[in-house]
Amino acid sequence: MRGSGAAGHQDALVQKMGLMVTEPASVTHALSAFWRGSLGSEYAIVSATLVRATPLILTGLAVATAFRAGVLNIGAEGQFLAGATAATVFAGLASAWPPVAQSAIALPLALCGGAAAGAAWSGVAAWLRQRFGVLEVISTIMLNFIAAEAVAYLVRGPLQEPSHVYPQTPSLPAGLHLAKLVPHSRLHIGFALAVISAVGAWWMIRETASGFRLRATGANPLAAASAGQIDVRGATLRAFLVSGAIAGLAGGIEVTGATYALYENISPGYGYTAIAVALLANLDPLAVIASGVFFGALEAGAAGMQRDAGVPSVVVSAVEAAIILAILAAAASRSRWLSHRGRWLHRRPVPPRGAEGRVA
Amino acid sequence: MSATVTAFLQATVRTATPLLFAGLGETLAEQSGVINVGLEGIIIAGAFGAVAGASAGGVATGFLAAAASGAAIAAVFAVFAAMLRSDQIIAGTAVTLFGLGITGTLYRWEFGPAGAALTIPTMRPLAVPGLDRIPVLGPALFDQPLIAYAAYVLVPLVWWWTYRTYGGLALRAVGENPDAARVAGIAVRRVQFSAIMAGGVLGGISGGTLVLAQVGTFAEGMSAGRGFIAIAIVALGRWNPAGTAAAAVIFGAASALQFLFQAMGWHAPYQLFLAFPYALTLAALAFAGSARQGGAPAALGRARI
Repeated sequence: MRGSGAAGHQDALVQKMGLMVTEPASVTHALSAFWRGSLGSEYAIVSATLVRATPLILTGLAVATAFRAGVLNIGAEGQFLAGATAATVFAGLASAWPPVAQSAIALPLALCGGAAAGAAWSGVAAWLRQRFGVLEVISTIMLNFIAAEAVAYLVRGPLQEPSHVYPQTPSLPAGLHLAKLVPHSRLHIGFALAVISAVGAWWMIRETASGFRLRATGANPLAAASAGQIDVRGATLRAFLVSGAIAGLAGGIEVTGATYALYENISPGYGYTAIAVALLANLDPLAVIASGVFFGALEAGAAGMQRDAGVPSVVVSAVEAAIILAILAAAASRSRWLSHRGRWLHRRPVPPRGAEGRVA
Repeated sequence: MSATVTAFLQATVRTATPLLFAGLGETLAEQSGVINVGLEGIIIAGAFGAVAGASAGGVATGFLAAAASGAAIAAVFAVFAAMLRSDQIIAGTAVTLFGLGITGTLYRWEFGPAGAALTIPTMRPLAVPGLDRIPVLGPALFDQPLIAYAAYVLVPLVWWWTYRTYGGLALRAVGENPDAARVAGIAVRRVQFSAIMAGGVLGGISGGTLVLAQVGTFAEGMSAGRGFIAIAIVALGRWNPAGTAAAAVIFGAASALQFLFQAMGWHAPYQLFLAFPYALTLAALAFAGSARQGGAPAALGRARI
């Protein structure tokens, strides 16, 4: 049996690939499953695509904010998990409260707790970078793995549901669920919170002095410090914390709006998809809303394709990677046209209105 | 007691071997000034290639396929990092996502969403006559699969090539000061491209070692952060092949601790052991950063032409 079975599978794979080419019907079938799962009906748009888009907009926003400040936060995944865990714990403390108090007091506190936990988790990476010079790309990824192991332990240990059968926390009572945005659908007000956060971040980065400091730090830390008298260290730290808080909020919203419980694979890699979301949006918070919905549709469609046509949904992460690489290639050719020699990420910051005289 | 220690050391060497291959490859890439965060994707591609190759033609074919798969993924990164001068970190992240996605897709397509169990031929340990009789250390070092011995030989070889040949000098010159290297007549892009490709071959072999000398099967995401740990190892080893080897052994020992603790009857949540290497990576990087003895190629990570 050794080897021969796998070789047989190998042939089957080649056959399947051949089928994709020779039988257009199976491709049509897969694509129609994709359409039905993502945008084919009002239900698919509202209850699949937009529900999926909610954590993607928020984590994409977290990545975009950090990247704009020159902080390469690849840790939205871990910060999302930290936020989801904290929100679950905070909400769980209120599980015996009267429903009115739950939705009016406990729910907002749980979301704040999630944001705080996300900020704390990214704060570790900020501390490691500023105190020891540890590259945040590696530290945030390590923190992602540690967060995933911690969640795996908690849902089988201290936070497990009372019957100790399933590796998950007990389901939150109805009073601790986020309200529905569209009645009789799965879409919760978390989507509205995500859109408001994106608009808020856009305004903050574009119009405020701290937003300008963030952009200037990302564009050229040395120039920001010497010419702009900017506290680069403080601006970088704030970028880490804000980014982590947004990703943590995403986790809190996912638990209270969509899953109602914490379990091991609560995030199918939102924090990694977030990088593609942010880059496709060219790091612009408003555009993050559109690219988040685009990737939400992509993931919802892929789920439909797996359900109805048997095409593995992990194919999406390969597609996402291809999109990132295509954006990089486009940026490389564009910068060649402009004979621009700096880093593509670092855009020249435009001072906010009224600040020109002060800074320049 | 000495049997426990021997088992611990044996597990240390076993876990260190794939890290060593990946770390040596990353050392070469980083000495040319390119930090390859796509290493994780290269390793998982190597693991998948190893399964495909070994199920078709045995262990040797498996290693060849692993090296080829790693090189194929590395070529994508090399185009962006060395030719297009894209941001190395973002290109590397995309390459890692691509490697994890494409292997997961092919694997699930093949074996269904559950992922059927798949067993392929593996490389058996091969004792070196005489040397394996050395008390305690002998069985740990010299009763290993053939690929571990290849790793032992590779360390001095890479060291010698980097510090004692013209090619190695050119590599380090590019990593320290690409502009000066260009003026001196070195083809900077070609050197970086080759260094990334060599790193891809070694990273692929790293994934192949996981499959063909250890696990004997493929699992989605089985690289489990080894690519990132290898990058930490390179920094801890101060961009020197010998230092990389020492750091790989430290990490191997950290991962092997769980066997030691189990043998001693200590009980702790197993997730704690699984998380330990990641926490150690952070501690190691913090230590390497606070030591500030230099050693990093001066142009590391710069996308500048």
